[in-house]
Amino acid sequence: MRVLIMAKEGNQSEAATPPTPEAMAEYQKFDQELVKAGVVLEAGRLHPSSQGKRVRFDGKKRTVIDGPFTETKELVAGYWLWQVRSIDEALEWLKRAPYDGGTFEIREVVEYEGM
Amino acid sequence: MRSSSTRACDGALAIGPRTGDAPARPGRRETAATEAHRAIEAIWRIESARLIAGLARVVGDIGTAEELAQDALVAALEQWPAAGVPERPGAWLMGTAKHLAIDLIRRRKTLERKHEEIGRDVERAQEGLDLDTAIDDEVGDDLLGLIFTACHPVLSKDARVALTLRVLGGLTTEEIARGFLVPVSTIAQRIVRARRTLAEAHVRFEVPGGAERVARLASVLEVIYLIFNEGYSATAGKDWVRPALCEDALRLGRILAELAPAEPEVHGLVALMEIQASRLGARVGPSGEPVLLLDQDRARWDRLLIRRGLAALERAERLGGALGPYALQAAIAACHARAPTAADTDWRRIVALYDAVVQLAPSPVVELNRAVAVGMAFGPAAGLELADALVAEPSLKSYHLLPAVRGDLLRKLGRSEEARAEFERGASLTENLRERELMQRRAAECAADGMAG
Repeated sequence: MRVLIMAKEGNQSEAATPPTPEAMAEYQKFDQELVKAGVVLEAGRLHPSSQGKRVRFDGKKRTVIDGPFTETKELVAGYWLWQVRSIDEALEWLKRAPYDGGTFEIREVVEYEGM
Repeated sequence: MRSSSTRACDGALAIGPRTGDAPARPGRRETAATEAHRAIEAIWRIESARLIAGLARVVGDIGTAEELAQDALVAALEQWPAAGVPERPGAWLMGTAKHLAIDLIRRRKTLERKHEEIGRDVERAQEGLDLDTAIDDEVGDDLLGLIFTACHPVLSKDARVALTLRVLGGLTTEEIARGFLVPVSTIAQRIVRARRTLAEAHVRFEVPGGAERVARLASVLEVIYLIFNEGYSATAGKDWVRPALCEDALRLGRILAELAPAEPEVHGLVALMEIQASRLGARVGPSGEPVLLLDQDRARWDRLLIRRGLAALERAERLGGALGPYALQAAIAACHARAPTAADTDWRRIVALYDAVVQLAPSPVVELNRAVAVGMAFGPAAGLELADALVAEPSLKSYHLLPAVRGDLLRKLGRSEEARAEFERGASLTENLRERELMQRRAAECAADGMAG
């Protein structure tokens, strides 16, 4: 199965300063481990929400809202698309990620409709 | 001495949480135990290959290594539900297995001293006593060694497939049996026999070099592609595709690509599988019927897998030299992936690529595929001429796709009655229900042509 991991890193999501080189090395080590295990299909980081936009739909009306957005806890700072055999496997991998704050969300991607 | 514990834990993961001990009313303890059990299962999937590989290097054979890893798993199943899952579960399993390995080596050594024999095993045992550094070393080569051993040519293809899924994929015997629609006992026997064959042939746990490496790598790639193909067009059963097997094969391929990044054919195989897998969702119609490549809704092709496949193909090409058979087939798959519609397909390039495959790895099946491409590039008569030449080929005697291809070409030439007979013959040759239905439908269409004409 495929799962999407949304990294809601809390305050770090909006931080202007990049992580320390040590922290970066830790992330990269973890990422490498995932790649070696054949788990990672895709990965990416997002710019702070100050550069983001939102479009609200209300019937025919579309309202554009400029960032930054206030609900810091819910802001996604990065994502992974993983190939795993179960949600439990994704959980076990995610628990090993070198983060000390934030909430990470695992969601299964709908695949092979009609099979 | 060890066999009894092995038997007990062979199905360790399959028996589920020990509900027998649980109170009738689900309580907190049971929930915790269930959770722990699910976590153990997932951790096993993640850690087992590395665990077995690390142990195999020390004890010298994968049979013993697997038993030790399984014993560590049993210890986890006994302790974690009550004590909780340790913070570093992989390290815990490795530590436990390591102690078991040291015990085993000491026992072997004592036995050998008794017999006053000095052999390779003693040397290995002495090396083995420095296990802490030995096992904690870089695991990449160990994993590679594990793949090469599980895919050793001394084993039958079936045995290689079962052993690879078991020790590298972390699948249980039950899961492998389900994947291949055979009884659990069949897979269990294959694995036991495979271990015995490896032991009897004194297969050393190592990464082969030189000319041997080329041949052995070919065997590894063949096994992975066999697993993929069984998922991509199941040879038996009611489902035409079984995506889980494709995913297992893809994962093995991706792991191998990281372990042996300088091997162009590894990237070639990964590219081929990624691109073929991109069509999985489009290959099956609403009621489970097969949809052939040229009839597929290309909007349903998985762009992510296509992109990954094209990147892997590029990696193979960048490594230089002439493309190998897998990379060439990936290049053919890429031609389809790049064409926005079926009509845009560059069939002449596909024919040229098949020519190259025929040069490198001639086989009747490749010739048949080439006949299809020639039929598309230069007209059905040219294709049929090539396909007809394959009728006498003994290895294609019961291959259902030969009559299917001939039927298709004959129908395009307006020879409906002959085409109908071919599709009927194809239907009678396949064990897969969905494929049989497809060919029966095509036979019926030909019969209708005949009446209309």
